[in-house]
Amino acid sequence: MIETATRPLLEVKDLCVDYLTDRDPVRAVDHVSLELAKGEFLGIVGESGCGKSTLLFAIARLLSEPAEIRSGEVWFGGRDMVSMDEEELRHLRWRDYSVVMQSAMNALNPVMTIAEQLADSVRAHQRVPGPQLKARSEELMRVVGIDPEHLHSYPHQLSGGMRQRAMIAMALALTPDLVIMDEPTSALDVVAQRSLMLKIKQLQREFGFATIFVTHDMSLVSNFSDRLAVMYAGQVVEVGPTRQIFANPKHPYTVGLMRSFPSITGPLEPLAGIPGSPPDLSRPPAGCRFHPRCPHVMARCKTEPPEFYAREGEQVRCFLFDD
Amino acid sequence: MIDLPARPKAEELLRTVGLTKHFRLGGLGSRRRLHAVDDINLCLHEDEIVAVVGESGSGKSTLARLIAMVYRPTGGDILHRGRSLATLRSRRDVLAYRGHVTMVFQDPYGSLSPVYRVSHGIMRALKLHRPDLSRRGRDEEAERLLEAVGLLPAKDFLDKYPYQLSGGQRQRIGFAQALACRPELILADEPVSMLDVSVRIGVLNLMASLRRRERISFLYITHDIASARYVADRLVVMYAGQVAETGPVEDVLAHPKHPYTQLLLSAVPDPRAPVLVPATAEVQEPPRVIDPGEGCRFRARCPYAIEECARVTPRLRPLRPDHEAACHVATSELDDSGRVARPAHI
Repeated sequence: MIETATRPLLEVKDLCVDYLTDRDPVRAVDHVSLELAKGEFLGIVGESGCGKSTLLFAIARLLSEPAEIRSGEVWFGGRDMVSMDEEELRHLRWRDYSVVMQSAMNALNPVMTIAEQLADSVRAHQRVPGPQLKARSEELMRVVGIDPEHLHSYPHQLSGGMRQRAMIAMALALTPDLVIMDEPTSALDVVAQRSLMLKIKQLQREFGFATIFVTHDMSLVSNFSDRLAVMYAGQVVEVGPTRQIFANPKHPYTVGLMRSFPSITGPLEPLAGIPGSPPDLSRPPAGCRFHPRCPHVMARCKTEPPEFYAREGEQVRCFLFDD
Repeated sequence: MIDLPARPKAEELLRTVGLTKHFRLGGLGSRRRLHAVDDINLCLHEDEIVAVVGESGSGKSTLARLIAMVYRPTGGDILHRGRSLATLRSRRDVLAYRGHVTMVFQDPYGSLSPVYRVSHGIMRALKLHRPDLSRRGRDEEAERLLEAVGLLPAKDFLDKYPYQLSGGQRQRIGFAQALACRPELILADEPVSMLDVSVRIGVLNLMASLRRRERISFLYITHDIASARYVADRLVVMYAGQVAETGPVEDVLAHPKHPYTQLLLSAVPDPRAPVLVPATAEVQEPPRVIDPGEGCRFRARCPYAIEECARVTPRLRPLRPDHEAACHVATSELDDSGRVARPAHI
């Protein structure tokens, strides 16, 4: 793969994804631009239906009908993935980037052992002799914290946490530069979730891959991601360094999200959440998409869509920061 | 919403005595038993919100279903205002109990029939459980219920179909249906876990307001200990079918006695807390609940386990006022220092 010192590992430019329906197309991802440096951990947070999973699938070129990329570019390692055909993608997939799906139970093949599935993905790209493959598989299992015994287990014989670890082992099998993760911990309870997040972070340090981590749970990535992008109704509304966003959220939606989960250690205060619910993307509100739920709504918010405004190293899509 | 006025000790509403539910596994004649709920003694008062927290498979949903009479207990008993549920024989008695104790389900997309209007489920409950109401009375009551759960204007919502509603609105319909029976207690099984983050708090606030205004008690089942803190008075921490620790929420959070509670608290992601990333992420497996045998079920994961933990199942013992934990170590160390010190890695 082509190394370019000046460009980031992944560059998403003005990406638009539509779902084709009987009526007008529904825009699920609306002019999203993102950058990801080598080895960086980017968190993408948003509620269900905000387009975060669609965005991931578009980046990985895994969209299927009726979704399609309408416009935009996805530059990965110096090439535009949007214009690639399936054959070109086949060489990149799993070797240069891999995907960890939300539900490992559905992503793993129920009638193949973990070892067989690992071998499958490795052999699609390389010719590896049996003993060497076995040694590498065992190493991978140890790396993600599963007893190599379980290589001969079927997915149903593993616990939820172990299945997700097995998925991650597979995603790392060919040491890709980018691992895309779609809510890999959402099916786990807090203790297993915490331990998986620590494992991911530790592996990331060890292997140096970059990660895009999608989640609806903002607090989950608070301690793990370098940068954070907050999505609402198909658009990125705020992007910047994670700790800074948590310390000083700017977009009213981000502020609302922060005030939506009670603290476990801090003072107990009444919370209000965000009134209303996310919009129907087939009929997004005019102007700023958040204006019907926004406590700071102004006249221009109702007619004019806001651009990104830079503030303290962040980008915020809100007129409050237009000055 | 959170501050509770001081009031005299409330009446006892529901009590479980040694409540136990085992499921038989395997074919006919199999002796393997899954211990979903083991020897649970729980007490719910009027006007009280009790949260049951625990990981998946800890038996918290089974507990709710036992109380809802969906399952029959393998052992033990449930007393409703002192009367054993085992003595409810007639259909009328069972119906009356089901009106007193109703349920709200986890999945608001699966629990409402898509082919009926919102009014349907509420009207059915009113007809069945409130025979005193006239037709007009039912209409008025249905509107009042929707107002109580914050769906305004109520008239419009009655004629809607579930597909026209958001997840948060559907869950409010679930609460309205549960309210229609005029219950004393609502069993809320993970009522917010499938909702969007920004609307969850609204539903928790609804529970708090129903308790305050309609004087309804809740058994709030959740894996989210922060939301339990937000809404509940008392906390019951379950592990592998047993109660590990129970007490007033703030006291349990400030002074967690059971090592599992300590582990659970340390795992909650809190952006307001400083970053603590230990060098190695420990691998932990769920406990054995199939024929678990004697001994503490947490011992394999417990950093303080002593020899006694493998031999004797710990029982709940009072460690602080109203606050009990089932742990040999926490109990014995109390005598010396007053509390178990948190080890560095937890």
